[in-house]
Amino acid sequence: MAVLTEEQSMLRDAARTWTQEKSPVSAFRKMRDSGAPLGYDPAAFNEMAEMGWTGVIIPEEYGGSDFGYLSLGLVLEETGRTLTASPLLSTALAAASALILGGTAAQKEAWLPKIAAGELVGTLAIEEGPHHAPEKVALAATKSGAGYSLSGTKTFVLEGMAAGLLVTTARTSGKPGDKEGITLFLVPADAKGLSRKALKLADSRGAAVVTFDKVELGADAVLGEADKGWDLLEKVLDRARAGLCAEMLGSALQAFDTTLDYLKTRVQFGQVIGSFQALQHRAAKMFTDLELARSCVEAALTAIDNDSPDVPELVSLAKAKVGDTLHLVSNEMVQMHGGIGMTDAHDAGFYLKRARAAEAAYGGQAYHRDRYARINGY
Amino acid sequence: MADFGGDIDAFRADARSWLEANFPPSLKGKGGMMYIEGDSPDDGDIKAWTHAMGEKGWGVPTWPKQYGGGGLSPAEARVLQQEMGRIGAWNPVGGMGTMMFGPTLLEYGNEEQKQQHIRAIARQEVRWCQGFSEPGAGSDLASLSTKAEDKGDHFLVNGSKIWTSGGQWADMCFCLVRTDTSKKHEGISFLLIDMHDPGVEVRPIKLIAGASPFCETFFTDVKVPKENLVGPLNGGWTIAKRLLQHERSGIGGGGSGGGGGNNIFGVGGSPAAMAKSYVGLDEKGRIADSDLRSRIVAHEMDAKAFQLTIFRMMAESRSNQGPSTATSVLKNAGTKVGQDRAELIVEVMGVQGLGWEGEEFKPDELSSVRGWLGGKATTIFGGSAEIQNNIISKRILGLPDPLGSSSS
Repeated sequence: MAVLTEEQSMLRDAARTWTQEKSPVSAFRKMRDSGAPLGYDPAAFNEMAEMGWTGVIIPEEYGGSDFGYLSLGLVLEETGRTLTASPLLSTALAAASALILGGTAAQKEAWLPKIAAGELVGTLAIEEGPHHAPEKVALAATKSGAGYSLSGTKTFVLEGMAAGLLVTTARTSGKPGDKEGITLFLVPADAKGLSRKALKLADSRGAAVVTFDKVELGADAVLGEADKGWDLLEKVLDRARAGLCAEMLGSALQAFDTTLDYLKTRVQFGQVIGSFQALQHRAAKMFTDLELARSCVEAALTAIDNDSPDVPELVSLAKAKVGDTLHLVSNEMVQMHGGIGMTDAHDAGFYLKRARAAEAAYGGQAYHRDRYARINGY
Repeated sequence: MADFGGDIDAFRADARSWLEANFPPSLKGKGGMMYIEGDSPDDGDIKAWTHAMGEKGWGVPTWPKQYGGGGLSPAEARVLQQEMGRIGAWNPVGGMGTMMFGPTLLEYGNEEQKQQHIRAIARQEVRWCQGFSEPGAGSDLASLSTKAEDKGDHFLVNGSKIWTSGGQWADMCFCLVRTDTSKKHEGISFLLIDMHDPGVEVRPIKLIAGASPFCETFFTDVKVPKENLVGPLNGGWTIAKRLLQHERSGIGGGGSGGGGGNNIFGVGGSPAAMAKSYVGLDEKGRIADSDLRSRIVAHEMDAKAFQLTIFRMMAESRSNQGPSTATSVLKNAGTKVGQDRAELIVEVMGVQGLGWEGEEFKPDELSSVRGWLGGKATTIFGGSAEIQNNIISKRILGLPDPLGSSSS
């Protein structure tokens, strides 16, 4: 655990108390069983906003508390533990980061206070294929009068059904795969020509396919500079990835703790199965991996707070390491629980399904290992 | 806190001028580790530098001044290290006395023992070796059988120890001996044995990497004075466990010893950097062999994750939170990274990474082979990887022993 300030410790404790009492895994199960259309419980998200969690990285002048990314990571780690479904990551971290890093004063004024208050959900609309490839943008933005007309499709838009604002990548020049020619747009979800359909994934969280059919936007919808959106996009993505890493770390920790409890209580052959060395050493390996993953996640979040030049390297390290760890722990959770772990009545399946969706979001382990190597010149 | 009332700048200035006055420029950057385990160096400058550091107590900067240590605060010790690094100076005081035995004796020794031994370690006058493992007691260390019989005014020691590294050069041995055969862990005592005494015989062991500092040591009717017992009779196991913690944190790379960090990797250099010259890059600037590249990337990330964990642990140690990561976790993670690194470097070098001797091979190629082989020991000594996993399972995760077994 990183060395925390008093404020950070208080925030973490508050998050732990709330998630354990108000949003345990049973709340996620209830939400899933109810078929909640947004993939989360709006009433629970309102409570999170009331506690100020939607404003943690947002400057005070726009209604936030400006506590930084490590602080928000502490909250996300706790929500990850109980698989709390909410747009916190998409709106209060990803979309908020895009506005903070690339927004004009007018754009910030228009959107950030609403995000900080939890009145509006923002998200990133960046994916067009089955694999994370942020430079492979085909969605076209053509000049139209003083503004642009957007046509194309985005998929795997997290919280896409709930979003009121979509930070969308579009191509203003070049071809898919070029980093030059990508432009970020702030697209209100009620824009004419925009339609969306729920993308029902195994993890039961909110996602959507969003279709743009000649969506007309003014020039003031451009976030940052036209054609030169790549560097801003990378910065925004790295922040979103680091936040997701914190959530994934929390999920992995809880999956491990739940499994460890089972090893101490399940009796076979006249003794608890946790007394068997074959299982003990697998548990020790998971514990070791969790310790290493925590170091990477905290280093990435701290580097963002310090605006350090090694943010991209540390974020890819964290996403790959915590991805590998969550992958392992979620598989072992099912295996070590045996038959009960295969049943829908048990929570193990929730952790397994959420693990894979979180691994895929903003780039999986293979993507980030390759990126780490490219950053380091090999 | 030395004599500077906590004024770190004044300490820095004093350390700088003392180092400049005492460190022989001929030794600049020559690193001390090579002399510590080997035979006594003949070099006059090394002797002078060792003497100066020994008198000052700065070879063991944070040990208490009253026993010959430097008496520095951790902050001052860091400044000293920075100032030494600035001029290419290195710590000539080291070995098992400073890394393992000294800290343990400071904790468990009586006043006479501390007065007798700590200063000599600080001055690098007496070299120590470790008498723990036996041919029949490896991972199950507590089954050791080297016997120490109470003969009134002395103990009579008979038995043999193995992996007594540096035994052929050591003056003293800190040893686990059996003083009660009716109990396992509670029948072990911690005894200090003079390696020059009659009845002590040392034979070096040749390992897969060639010559090694490891020895087999035989004790035949060795008389050891009663005052050489550390801690209570039959209370040696507790002390041994504490000493092993010092050993593990040194092996894992998390120790406060001057060696630190890269030593655990056994071999120098980065596989990624070496692959550029030995394997080459493709048109996109990637290591040309894609399978090798994948494995190198995964390894480099593991190494970085381990390094960040060491940094996290040090930051936690400096805060009042205290470190949260156990030494067993660090030992396993660090040694795994070191062995993976050595394997990759040998693979990257191809046949050049398999040279045993001869002018066809560059010195770093030859040392990579020896480092790769020698490094296999890191997951065996200091408690094997499997023993560390047992410790993590039982002491940290709270998992129980299997029915009918007894270990600790």
